[in-house]
Amino acid sequence: MTLPPMHETVILLVGLVGVLTTASIVAGILSWRAPKPLPSTLVNLNQRINAWWVMVVAITVAFFFGRTGMTILFALISFAALREFVTLTHSRRSDHWVLLGMFGIIIPFQYWLVWTAWYGLFTIFIPVYCFLLMPAITALNGDTERFLERVSAQQWAVMISVYCVSHVPALLTLNVPEGRNLLLIAFLIITVQGSDVLQYIFGKLFGRHLLSPSVSPSKTWEGLIGGLVASSLLGALLSFLTPFSPLAAAGVAFIACLMGFLGGLVASAIKRDQGVKDWGHLIEGHGGMMDRADSLVFAAPVFFHIVRYFWTV
Amino acid sequence: MTKLHLRANTFTLLQTVTSVGLSAAAWVVTGVRPIWNGSQPSERQRIYFANHASHGDFILLSACLSEKVRARTHAVAAAEYWGKSRLRRFIAEDMLSSVLIHRQWTDETQNPISIMLSVLDDGHSLILFPEGTRNTTEADLLPFRSGLYNLSMARPDVELIPCWIENMSRVLPKGQFLPVPLLCRVVFGPPVAISPGEERRAFLERARQTLLSLDPRPDRDD
Repeated sequence: MTLPPMHETVILLVGLVGVLTTASIVAGILSWRAPKPLPSTLVNLNQRINAWWVMVVAITVAFFFGRTGMTILFALISFAALREFVTLTHSRRSDHWVLLGMFGIIIPFQYWLVWTAWYGLFTIFIPVYCFLLMPAITALNGDTERFLERVSAQQWAVMISVYCVSHVPALLTLNVPEGRNLLLIAFLIITVQGSDVLQYIFGKLFGRHLLSPSVSPSKTWEGLIGGLVASSLLGALLSFLTPFSPLAAAGVAFIACLMGFLGGLVASAIKRDQGVKDWGHLIEGHGGMMDRADSLVFAAPVFFHIVRYFWTV
Repeated sequence: MTKLHLRANTFTLLQTVTSVGLSAAAWVVTGVRPIWNGSQPSERQRIYFANHASHGDFILLSACLSEKVRARTHAVAAAEYWGKSRLRRFIAEDMLSSVLIHRQWTDETQNPISIMLSVLDDGHSLILFPEGTRNTTEADLLPFRSGLYNLSMARPDVELIPCWIENMSRVLPKGQFLPVPLLCRVVFGPPVAISPGEERRAFLERARQTLLSLDPRPDRDD
Protein backbone atom coordinates (compact mmCIF):
# COMPACT_ATOMS: atom_id res chain seq x y z
CA MET A 1 0.00 0.00 0.00
CA THR A 2 1.30 3.42 -0.91
CA LEU A 3 0.86 6.70 0.90
CA PRO A 4 -2.36 8.56 0.09
CA PRO A 5 -2.04 11.39 -2.46
CA MET A 6 -0.72 14.41 -0.57
CA HIS A 7 -2.84 17.07 -2.20
CA GLU A 8 -6.19 15.41 -1.39
CA THR A 9 -5.07 14.61 2.16
CA VAL A 10 -4.29 18.26 2.85
CA ILE A 11 -7.64 19.46 1.45
CA LEU A 12 -9.41 16.81 3.53
CA LEU A 13 -7.72 17.83 6.79
CA VAL A 14 -8.17 21.55 6.19
CA GLY A 15 -11.83 20.93 5.37
CA LEU A 16 -12.42 18.85 8.52
CA VAL A 17 -10.69 21.34 10.79
CA GLY A 18 -12.64 24.15 9.09
CA VAL A 19 -16.01 22.45 9.65
CA LEU A 20 -15.25 21.61 13.27
CA THR A 21 -13.87 25.08 13.99
CA THR A 22 -17.02 26.63 12.52
CA ALA A 23 -19.14 24.31 14.66
CA SER A 24 -17.15 25.22 17.78
CA ILE A 25 -17.45 28.96 17.07
CA VAL A 26 -21.20 28.76 16.41
CA ALA A 27 -21.74 26.68 19.56
CA GLY A 28 -19.52 29.14 21.48
CA ILE A 29 -21.61 32.12 20.35
CA LEU A 30 -24.86 30.28 21.14
CA SER A 31 -23.56 29.37 24.61
CA TRP A 32 -22.35 32.93 25.22
CA ARG A 33 -25.75 34.41 24.36
CA ALA A 34 -27.84 31.75 26.10
CA PRO A 35 -29.16 32.21 29.66
CA LYS A 36 -27.02 30.64 32.38
CA PRO A 37 -27.00 27.86 33.44
CA LEU A 38 -26.93 26.57 29.88
CA PRO A 39 -29.95 24.59 28.68
CA SER A 40 -29.18 20.87 28.41
CA THR A 41 -29.40 20.87 24.58
CA LEU A 42 -26.53 23.35 24.41
CA VAL A 43 -24.47 21.50 27.01
CA ASN A 44 -24.97 18.35 24.94
CA LEU A 45 -24.10 20.18 21.70
CA ASN A 46 -20.84 21.45 23.22
CA GLN A 47 -19.97 17.97 24.52
CA ARG A 48 -20.72 16.45 21.14
CA ILE A 49 -18.55 18.93 19.25
CA ASN A 50 -15.68 18.46 21.70
CA ALA A 51 -15.99 14.68 21.31
CA TRP A 52 -15.89 15.13 17.53
CA TRP A 53 -12.56 16.93 17.88
CA VAL A 54 -11.18 14.00 19.89
CA MET A 55 -12.50 11.45 17.37
CA VAL A 56 -11.10 13.36 14.39
CA VAL A 57 -7.69 13.65 16.08
CA ALA A 58 -7.70 9.90 16.92
CA ILE A 59 -8.58 8.91 13.36
CA THR A 60 -6.05 11.36 11.89
CA VAL A 61 -3.25 9.94 14.06
CA ALA A 62 -4.21 6.40 12.99
CA PHE A 63 -4.40 7.63 9.37
CA PHE A 64 -0.74 8.65 9.39
CA PHE A 65 0.29 5.26 10.77
CA GLY A 66 -1.34 3.63 7.76
CA ARG A 67 -2.62 0.08 7.87
CA THR A 68 -1.11 -0.70 11.28
CA GLY A 69 -2.60 2.43 12.84
CA MET A 70 -6.03 1.88 11.32
CA THR A 71 -6.06 -1.80 12.26
CA ILE A 72 -5.21 -1.04 15.89
CA LEU A 73 -7.71 1.83 16.09
CA PHE A 74 -10.58 -0.26 14.76
CA ALA A 75 -9.62 -3.25 16.92
CA LEU A 76 -10.00 -0.92 19.91
CA ILE A 77 -13.33 0.33 18.57
CA SER A 78 -14.45 -3.31 18.26
CA PHE A 79 -13.34 -3.94 21.84
CA ALA A 80 -15.38 -1.01 23.15
CA ALA A 81 -18.41 -1.90 21.03
CA LEU A 82 -18.32 -5.60 21.95
CA ARG A 83 -18.00 -4.71 25.63
CA GLU A 84 -21.12 -2.57 25.41
CA PHE A 85 -23.01 -5.21 23.45
CA VAL A 86 -22.19 -8.10 25.80
CA THR A 87 -22.93 -5.96 28.85
CA LEU A 88 -26.50 -5.48 27.61
CA THR A 89 -27.21 -9.11 26.79
CA HIS A 90 -28.09 -11.99 29.06
CA SER A 91 -25.22 -14.31 29.95
CA ARG A 92 -24.65 -16.96 32.56
CA ARG A 93 -21.71 -18.06 34.64
CA SER A 94 -21.09 -20.95 32.23
CA ASP A 95 -20.55 -18.50 29.35
CA HIS A 96 -17.33 -17.20 30.89
CA TRP A 97 -14.91 -18.94 28.54
CA VAL A 98 -16.89 -18.15 25.39
CA LEU A 99 -17.06 -14.49 26.39
CA LEU A 100 -13.33 -14.46 27.14
CA GLY A 101 -12.67 -15.99 23.73
CA MET A 102 -14.69 -13.28 22.02
CA PHE A 103 -12.43 -10.59 23.46
CA GLY A 104 -9.17 -12.48 23.71
CA ILE A 105 -9.17 -14.56 20.52
CA ILE A 106 -11.79 -13.40 18.02
CA ILE A 107 -10.93 -9.67 18.06
CA PRO A 108 -7.13 -10.12 17.80
CA PHE A 109 -7.39 -12.86 15.19
CA GLN A 110 -9.91 -11.05 12.97
CA TYR A 111 -7.76 -7.90 12.99
CA TRP A 112 -4.60 -9.90 12.39
CA LEU A 113 -6.33 -11.26 9.27
CA VAL A 114 -7.05 -7.66 8.22
CA TRP A 115 -3.48 -6.64 8.89
CA THR A 116 -2.01 -9.51 6.86
CA ALA A 117 -4.69 -9.04 4.14
CA TRP A 118 -5.77 -12.71 4.29
CA TYR A 119 -9.08 -12.02 2.56
CA GLY A 120 -10.28 -15.63 2.22
CA LEU A 121 -10.20 -16.36 5.94
CA PHE A 122 -11.19 -12.81 6.91
CA THR A 123 -14.62 -13.25 5.31
CA ILE A 124 -15.44 -16.65 6.82
CA PHE A 125 -13.61 -16.81 10.15
CA ILE A 126 -16.47 -15.31 12.18
CA PRO A 127 -19.61 -16.29 10.20
CA VAL A 128 -18.50 -19.89 9.72
CA TYR A 129 -15.93 -21.02 12.26
CA CYS A 130 -16.85 -18.85 15.24
CA PHE A 131 -20.55 -19.36 14.65
CA LEU A 132 -20.11 -23.12 14.75
CA LEU A 133 -17.54 -23.35 17.54
CA MET A 134 -19.05 -20.87 20.00
CA PRO A 135 -22.35 -22.77 20.47
CA ALA A 136 -20.37 -26.02 20.50
CA ILE A 137 -18.35 -24.78 23.47
CA THR A 138 -21.53 -23.57 25.17
CA ALA A 139 -23.14 -27.00 24.63
CA LEU A 140 -20.05 -28.79 25.95
CA ASN A 141 -20.40 -26.69 29.09
CA GLY A 142 -23.77 -28.38 29.55
CA ASP A 143 -25.80 -25.37 30.59
CA THR A 144 -28.94 -25.34 28.40
CA GLU A 145 -30.84 -22.63 30.29
CA ARG A 146 -31.96 -20.05 27.65
CA PHE A 147 -29.38 -21.65 25.33
CA LEU A 148 -30.66 -20.31 22.01
CA GLU A 149 -31.02 -16.78 23.38
CA ARG A 150 -27.48 -16.74 24.81
CA VAL A 151 -25.89 -18.24 21.71
CA SER A 152 -27.75 -15.88 19.36
CA ALA A 153 -26.79 -12.83 21.38
CA GLN A 154 -23.12 -13.89 21.42
CA GLN A 155 -23.08 -14.50 17.67
CA TRP A 156 -24.73 -11.24 16.85
CA ALA A 157 -22.42 -9.41 19.24
CA VAL A 158 -19.31 -10.55 17.34
CA MET A 159 -21.03 -10.08 13.98
CA ILE A 160 -21.92 -6.47 14.68
CA SER A 161 -19.02 -5.30 16.80
CA VAL A 162 -16.14 -7.26 15.28
CA TYR A 163 -16.96 -8.62 11.83
CA CYS A 164 -18.78 -5.55 10.47
CA VAL A 165 -16.42 -3.02 12.05
CA SER A 166 -13.36 -4.85 10.71
CA HIS A 167 -14.52 -4.08 7.16
CA VAL A 168 -13.42 -0.46 7.65
CA PRO A 169 -9.67 -1.16 7.96
CA ALA A 170 -10.09 -4.06 5.49
CA LEU A 171 -10.59 -1.39 2.81
CA LEU A 172 -6.81 -0.94 3.10
CA THR A 173 -6.23 -4.45 1.76
CA LEU A 174 -7.99 -3.76 -1.55
CA ASN A 175 -6.07 -2.87 -4.65
CA VAL A 176 -7.61 0.52 -5.34
CA PRO A 177 -6.27 2.83 -8.10
CA GLU A 178 -3.60 5.32 -6.95
CA GLY A 179 -3.48 3.84 -3.44
CA ARG A 180 -6.54 5.81 -2.40
CA ASN A 181 -7.53 3.27 0.29
CA LEU A 182 -7.05 5.57 3.28
CA LEU A 183 -8.99 8.30 1.53
CA LEU A 184 -11.81 5.80 0.89
CA ILE A 185 -11.99 5.19 4.65
CA ALA A 186 -12.19 8.95 5.16
CA PHE A 187 -14.94 9.13 2.51
CA LEU A 188 -16.94 6.35 4.20
CA ILE A 189 -16.63 7.77 7.71
CA ILE A 190 -17.34 11.37 6.72
CA THR A 191 -20.41 10.58 4.59
CA VAL A 192 -21.93 8.11 7.06
CA GLN A 193 -21.23 10.14 10.21
CA GLY A 194 -22.14 13.33 8.33
CA SER A 195 -25.40 11.69 7.35
CA ASP A 196 -26.18 11.01 11.03
CA VAL A 197 -25.68 14.70 11.78
CA LEU A 198 -27.60 15.83 8.67
CA GLN A 199 -30.53 13.49 9.41
CA TYR A 200 -30.61 14.91 12.94
CA ILE A 201 -30.58 18.52 11.68
CA PHE A 202 -33.24 17.91 8.98
CA GLY A 203 -35.33 16.05 11.52
CA LYS A 204 -35.10 18.94 14.02
CA LEU A 205 -35.93 21.54 11.36
CA PHE A 206 -38.62 19.83 9.29
CA GLY A 207 -39.48 16.59 11.11
CA ARG A 208 -43.26 16.01 11.19
CA HIS A 209 -43.92 12.35 10.45
CA LEU A 210 -42.42 9.74 12.75
CA LEU A 211 -40.85 6.93 10.80
CA SER A 212 -41.08 4.18 13.38
CA PRO A 213 -42.48 5.55 16.65
CA SER A 214 -42.29 2.18 18.38
CA VAL A 215 -38.52 1.99 17.77
CA SER A 216 -37.27 5.56 17.91
CA PRO A 217 -39.10 8.74 18.95
CA SER A 218 -36.68 10.97 17.05
CA LYS A 219 -36.40 9.45 13.55
CA THR A 220 -38.68 11.15 11.01
CA TRP A 221 -39.29 10.74 7.26
CA GLU A 222 -38.28 14.36 6.71
CA GLY A 223 -35.01 13.81 8.58
CA LEU A 224 -34.25 10.61 6.67
CA ILE A 225 -34.97 11.98 3.19
CA GLY A 226 -33.32 15.36 3.80
CA GLY A 227 -30.31 13.70 5.41
CA LEU A 228 -29.88 11.14 2.63
CA VAL A 229 -30.16 13.73 -0.16
CA ALA A 230 -27.72 16.06 1.61
CA SER A 231 -25.21 13.30 2.36
CA SER A 232 -25.37 12.08 -1.26
CA LEU A 233 -24.47 15.64 -2.32
CA LEU A 234 -21.69 15.57 0.31
CA GLY A 235 -20.52 12.31 -1.29
CA ALA A 236 -20.45 13.91 -4.76
CA LEU A 237 -18.51 16.83 -3.30
CA LEU A 238 -15.95 14.41 -1.81
CA SER A 239 -15.57 12.36 -5.01
CA PHE A 240 -12.10 13.93 -5.49
CA LEU A 241 -10.93 11.65 -2.63
CA THR A 242 -12.05 8.51 -4.42
CA PRO A 243 -11.80 6.67 -7.70
CA PHE A 244 -15.55 7.32 -8.16
CA SER A 245 -17.05 9.82 -10.60
CA PRO A 246 -19.13 12.51 -8.82
CA LEU A 247 -22.37 10.75 -9.81
CA ALA A 248 -21.08 7.35 -8.67
CA ALA A 249 -19.82 8.91 -5.43
CA ALA A 250 -23.29 10.27 -4.75
CA GLY A 251 -24.77 6.81 -5.41
CA VAL A 252 -22.25 5.02 -3.18
CA ALA A 253 -22.74 7.60 -0.43
CA PHE A 254 -26.52 7.16 -0.74
CA ILE A 255 -26.30 3.38 -0.29
CA ALA A 256 -23.80 3.66 2.58
CA CYS A 257 -25.92 6.25 4.38
CA LEU A 258 -29.11 4.27 3.85
CA MET A 259 -27.37 1.25 5.43
CA GLY A 260 -26.17 3.58 8.18
CA PHE A 261 -29.74 4.66 8.84
CA LEU A 262 -30.83 1.01 9.10
CA GLY A 263 -27.95 0.34 11.50
CA GLY A 264 -29.12 3.16 13.73
CA LEU A 265 -32.67 1.84 13.62
CA VAL A 266 -31.60 -1.69 14.57
CA ALA A 267 -29.41 -0.34 17.38
CA SER A 268 -32.40 1.64 18.68
CA ALA A 269 -34.54 -1.49 18.61
CA ILE A 270 -31.95 -3.41 20.64
CA LYS A 271 -31.66 -0.59 23.18
CA ARG A 272 -35.43 -0.35 23.48
CA ASP A 273 -35.70 -4.11 23.96
CA GLN A 274 -33.11 -3.98 26.73
CA GLY A 275 -34.65 -0.89 28.35
CA VAL A 276 -31.69 1.48 28.05
CA LYS A 277 -31.26 4.86 26.39
CA ASP A 278 -27.58 4.64 25.49
CA TRP A 279 -25.12 1.77 24.98
CA GLY A 280 -22.64 3.25 27.42
CA HIS A 281 -20.83 6.42 28.45
CA LEU A 282 -17.50 6.26 26.65
CA ILE A 283 -17.98 9.33 24.44
CA GLU A 284 -19.14 12.39 26.36
CA GLY A 285 -22.43 13.73 24.96
CA HIS A 286 -22.86 10.89 22.46
CA GLY A 287 -23.29 7.87 24.77
CA GLY A 288 -21.30 4.72 24.14
CA MET A 289 -19.11 3.61 21.26
CA MET A 290 -22.04 1.77 19.66
CA ASP A 291 -24.17 4.92 19.80
CA ARG A 292 -21.61 6.57 17.53
CA ALA A 293 -20.65 3.54 15.45
CA ASP A 294 -24.05 1.88 14.84
CA SER A 295 -24.40 3.46 11.39
CA LEU A 296 -20.82 2.67 10.38
CA VAL A 297 -21.35 -0.95 11.41
CA PHE A 298 -24.06 -1.51 8.80
CA ALA A 299 -22.49 0.69 6.13
CA ALA A 300 -18.92 -0.68 6.20
CA PRO A 301 -19.42 -4.22 4.78
CA VAL A 302 -21.68 -2.98 1.96
CA PHE A 303 -19.31 -0.15 1.08
CA PHE A 304 -16.42 -2.64 1.14
CA HIS A 305 -18.20 -4.97 -1.29
CA ILE A 306 -19.18 -2.16 -3.68
CA VAL A 307 -15.57 -0.95 -3.84
CA ARG A 308 -14.25 -4.48 -4.17
CA TYR A 309 -16.55 -5.44 -7.06
CA PHE A 310 -16.51 -2.23 -9.05
CA TRP A 311 -13.33 -0.32 -8.31
CA THR A 312 -10.45 -2.69 -7.62
CA VAL A 313 -7.84 -3.14 -10.33
CA MET B 1 -2.16 -6.05 66.89
CA THR B 2 0.80 -3.65 66.96
CA LYS B 3 0.73 -3.49 63.20
CA LEU B 4 -2.77 -2.07 63.26
CA HIS B 5 -1.89 0.68 65.67
CA LEU B 6 0.95 1.81 63.47
CA ARG B 7 -1.36 2.18 60.49
CA ALA B 8 0.20 4.84 58.30
CA ASN B 9 -1.77 7.60 56.63
CA THR B 10 -0.11 6.99 53.29
CA PHE B 11 0.57 3.95 51.18
CA THR B 12 3.92 2.27 50.90
CA LEU B 13 5.44 2.47 47.41
CA LEU B 14 4.26 -1.09 46.71
CA GLN B 15 0.73 -0.23 47.81
CA THR B 16 0.66 2.93 45.67
CA VAL B 17 1.86 1.07 42.59
CA THR B 18 -0.65 -1.72 43.22
CA SER B 19 -3.53 0.64 43.79
CA VAL B 20 -2.83 2.84 40.75
CA GLY B 21 -2.19 -0.22 38.57
CA LEU B 22 -5.35 -2.03 39.66
CA SER B 23 -7.49 1.07 39.24
CA ALA B 24 -6.15 1.56 35.72
CA ALA B 25 -6.75 -2.12 34.94
CA ALA B 26 -10.29 -1.84 36.34
CA TRP B 27 -10.94 1.07 33.99
CA VAL B 28 -9.55 -0.75 30.95
CA VAL B 29 -11.59 -3.88 31.63
CA THR B 30 -14.84 -2.40 32.96
CA GLY B 31 -14.77 1.33 32.12
CA VAL B 32 -15.88 1.71 35.74
CA ARG B 33 -17.84 4.85 36.58
CA PRO B 34 -18.95 6.01 40.01
CA ILE B 35 -22.52 7.29 40.28
CA TRP B 36 -23.02 9.41 43.37
CA ASN B 37 -26.71 9.05 44.04
CA GLY B 38 -27.46 10.41 47.51
CA SER B 39 -23.92 10.95 48.76
CA GLN B 40 -20.85 12.81 47.50
CA PRO B 41 -17.14 11.97 47.33
CA SER B 42 -15.65 13.03 50.64
CA GLU B 43 -12.57 12.56 52.77
CA ARG B 44 -14.58 12.06 55.94
CA GLN B 45 -14.44 8.76 57.74
CA ARG B 46 -16.81 6.20 56.28
CA ILE B 47 -17.72 2.55 56.10
CA TYR B 48 -18.48 1.71 52.49
CA PHE B 49 -20.65 -1.41 52.42
CA ALA B 50 -21.30 -3.26 49.19
CA ASN B 51 -22.70 -6.37 47.57
CA HIS B 52 -20.09 -9.07 47.06
CA ALA B 53 -19.79 -11.58 44.24
CA SER B 54 -16.18 -11.40 43.10
CA HIS B 55 -12.62 -10.66 44.16
CA GLY B 56 -12.84 -7.71 41.77
CA ASP B 57 -15.48 -5.95 43.89
CA PHE B 58 -13.03 -4.26 46.17
CA ILE B 59 -10.80 -3.18 43.24
CA LEU B 60 -13.77 -1.66 41.44
CA LEU B 61 -14.97 0.19 44.52
CA SER B 62 -11.48 1.54 45.30
CA ALA B 63 -11.07 2.66 41.69
CA CYS B 64 -14.02 5.00 42.26
CA LEU B 65 -12.33 6.73 45.22
CA SER B 66 -9.64 9.40 44.97
CA GLU B 67 -6.04 8.32 45.50
CA LYS B 68 -5.96 10.22 48.80
CA VAL B 69 -9.12 8.55 50.12
CA ARG B 70 -7.91 5.17 48.88
CA ALA B 71 -4.73 5.41 50.96
CA ARG B 72 -6.89 5.66 54.09
CA THR B 73 -9.52 3.09 53.15
CA HIS B 74 -9.12 -0.62 53.84
CA ALA B 75 -11.14 -3.55 52.60
CA VAL B 76 -12.12 -6.10 55.22
CA ALA B 77 -11.27 -9.59 54.00
CA ALA B 78 -11.60 -13.10 55.41
CA ALA B 79 -8.46 -14.35 57.13
CA GLU B 80 -9.60 -17.93 56.46
CA TYR B 81 -9.01 -17.28 52.75
CA TRP B 82 -6.45 -14.47 52.51
CA GLY B 83 -4.32 -15.64 55.43
CA LYS B 84 -4.07 -19.19 54.15
CA SER B 85 -0.65 -18.93 52.53
CA ARG B 86 2.23 -16.52 52.78
CA LEU B 87 1.60 -15.32 49.19
CA ARG B 88 -2.08 -14.60 49.79
CA ARG B 89 -1.26 -12.76 53.01
CA PHE B 90 1.37 -10.71 51.17
CA ILE B 91 -1.16 -9.78 48.45
CA ALA B 92 -3.89 -8.93 50.94
CA GLU B 93 -1.84 -6.99 53.48
CA ASP B 94 1.31 -5.68 51.85
CA MET B 95 -0.11 -4.97 48.41
CA LEU B 96 -3.81 -4.22 48.97
CA SER B 97 -3.55 -3.02 52.61
CA SER B 98 -6.64 -5.03 53.52
CA VAL B 99 -7.70 -5.84 57.06
CA LEU B 100 -7.95 -9.57 57.65
CA ILE B 101 -10.57 -10.86 60.06
CA HIS B 102 -11.57 -14.35 61.13
CA ARG B 103 -15.15 -15.29 60.45
CA GLN B 104 -14.80 -18.15 62.96
CA TRP B 105 -12.84 -16.99 65.99
CA THR B 106 -12.23 -18.21 69.49
CA ASP B 107 -9.30 -16.18 70.76
CA GLU B 108 -10.30 -12.67 71.91
CA THR B 109 -7.35 -11.13 69.98
CA GLN B 110 -9.11 -12.38 66.84
CA ASN B 111 -12.39 -10.61 67.61
CA PRO B 112 -13.26 -9.08 64.22
CA ILE B 113 -15.19 -6.16 65.71
CA SER B 114 -12.27 -4.99 67.86
CA ILE B 115 -9.88 -5.35 64.91
CA MET B 116 -12.16 -3.25 62.68
CA LEU B 117 -12.74 -0.71 65.47
CA SER B 118 -9.00 -0.27 65.92
CA VAL B 119 -8.75 0.66 62.23
CA LEU B 120 -11.59 3.16 62.60
CA ASP B 121 -9.90 4.59 65.70
CA ASP B 122 -6.84 5.35 63.59
CA GLY B 123 -9.13 7.62 61.58
CA HIS B 124 -9.31 5.28 58.59
CA SER B 125 -12.28 4.14 56.53
CA LEU B 126 -13.40 0.59 55.76
CA ILE B 127 -14.86 -1.28 52.82
CA LEU B 128 -17.15 -3.98 54.17
CA PHE B 129 -19.07 -6.75 52.47
CA PRO B 130 -21.83 -7.46 55.01
CA GLU B 131 -23.03 -10.60 53.24
CA GLY B 132 -19.90 -12.16 54.71
CA THR B 133 -19.02 -14.16 51.63
CA ARG B 134 -19.16 -13.98 47.84
CA ASN B 135 -22.74 -14.43 46.68
CA THR B 136 -22.97 -17.21 44.10
CA THR B 137 -26.72 -17.70 44.34
CA GLU B 138 -29.41 -16.36 42.02
CA ALA B 139 -30.50 -13.94 44.76
CA ASP B 140 -29.38 -10.33 44.29
CA LEU B 141 -28.22 -9.94 47.87
CA LEU B 142 -27.79 -12.35 50.79
CA PRO B 143 -28.89 -11.48 54.36
CA PHE B 144 -26.42 -9.21 56.18
CA ARG B 145 -24.28 -10.37 59.07
CA SER B 146 -24.24 -8.21 62.16
CA GLY B 147 -20.81 -6.54 61.83
CA LEU B 148 -22.28 -3.45 60.22
CA TYR B 149 -24.68 -3.01 63.15
CA ASN B 150 -22.03 -3.56 65.82
CA LEU B 151 -19.59 -1.12 64.19
CA SER B 152 -22.24 1.52 63.79
CA MET B 153 -23.42 1.15 67.39
CA ALA B 154 -19.85 1.52 68.63
CA ARG B 155 -18.90 4.42 66.31
CA PRO B 156 -22.11 6.25 65.40
CA ASP B 157 -20.21 9.19 63.89
CA VAL B 158 -18.80 7.10 61.05
CA GLU B 159 -20.97 7.39 57.93
CA LEU B 160 -22.30 4.15 56.45
CA ILE B 161 -22.39 4.47 52.65
CA PRO B 162 -24.17 1.76 50.63
CA CYS B 163 -22.38 0.96 47.34
CA TRP B 164 -24.05 -1.15 44.66
CA ILE B 165 -21.45 -2.82 42.45
CA GLU B 166 -22.91 -3.69 39.07
CA ASN B 167 -21.99 -6.63 36.85
CA MET B 168 -18.80 -7.64 38.64
CA SER B 169 -20.14 -11.16 39.17
CA ARG B 170 -20.20 -11.50 35.38
CA VAL B 171 -16.77 -9.93 34.87
CA LEU B 172 -14.95 -12.19 37.32
CA PRO B 173 -17.17 -14.97 38.71
CA LYS B 174 -16.04 -16.91 41.75
CA GLY B 175 -13.47 -19.52 40.74
CA GLN B 176 -12.29 -17.70 37.59
CA PHE B 177 -9.09 -15.71 37.31
CA LEU B 178 -9.40 -14.02 33.90
CA PRO B 179 -11.89 -11.12 33.74
CA VAL B 180 -14.35 -10.67 30.86
CA PRO B 181 -14.51 -7.01 29.82
CA LEU B 182 -17.99 -5.71 30.65
CA LEU B 183 -19.10 -2.23 31.64
CA CYS B 184 -19.54 -1.74 35.39
CA ARG B 185 -20.89 1.07 37.53
CA VAL B 186 -20.68 1.60 41.26
CA VAL B 187 -23.68 3.45 42.68
CA PHE B 188 -23.00 5.24 45.97
CA GLY B 189 -26.25 5.77 47.89
CA PRO B 190 -27.37 7.99 50.77
CA PRO B 191 -25.78 7.31 54.20
CA VAL B 192 -27.64 4.85 56.42
CA ALA B 193 -27.73 5.54 60.16
CA ILE B 194 -29.22 3.57 63.05
CA SER B 195 -32.43 5.19 64.31
CA PRO B 196 -32.74 5.55 68.09
CA GLY B 197 -33.87 2.27 69.56
CA GLU B 198 -33.71 0.44 66.22
CA GLU B 199 -33.33 -3.26 66.73
CA ARG B 200 -30.36 -5.09 65.16
CA ARG B 201 -32.23 -7.21 62.65
CA ALA B 202 -34.49 -4.36 61.55
CA PHE B 203 -31.48 -2.12 60.96
CA LEU B 204 -29.61 -4.76 58.98
CA GLU B 205 -32.64 -5.42 56.79
CA ARG B 206 -33.11 -1.69 56.20
CA ALA B 207 -29.46 -1.28 55.23
CA ARG B 208 -29.83 -4.26 52.92
CA GLN B 209 -32.95 -2.83 51.25
CA THR B 210 -31.22 0.53 50.80
CA LEU B 211 -28.35 -1.19 49.04
CA LEU B 212 -30.71 -3.22 46.85
CA SER B 213 -32.65 -0.10 45.87
CA LEU B 214 -29.47 1.32 44.27
CA ASP B 215 -29.39 -1.39 41.57
CA PRO B 216 -29.74 0.72 38.41
CA ARG B 217 -30.78 -2.14 36.13
CA PRO B 218 -34.10 -1.58 34.42
CA ASP B 219 -36.74 -4.08 35.49
CA ARG B 220 -36.34 -7.19 33.40
CA ASP B 221 -37.43 -10.77 33.85
CA ASP B 222 -33.88 -12.00 34.40
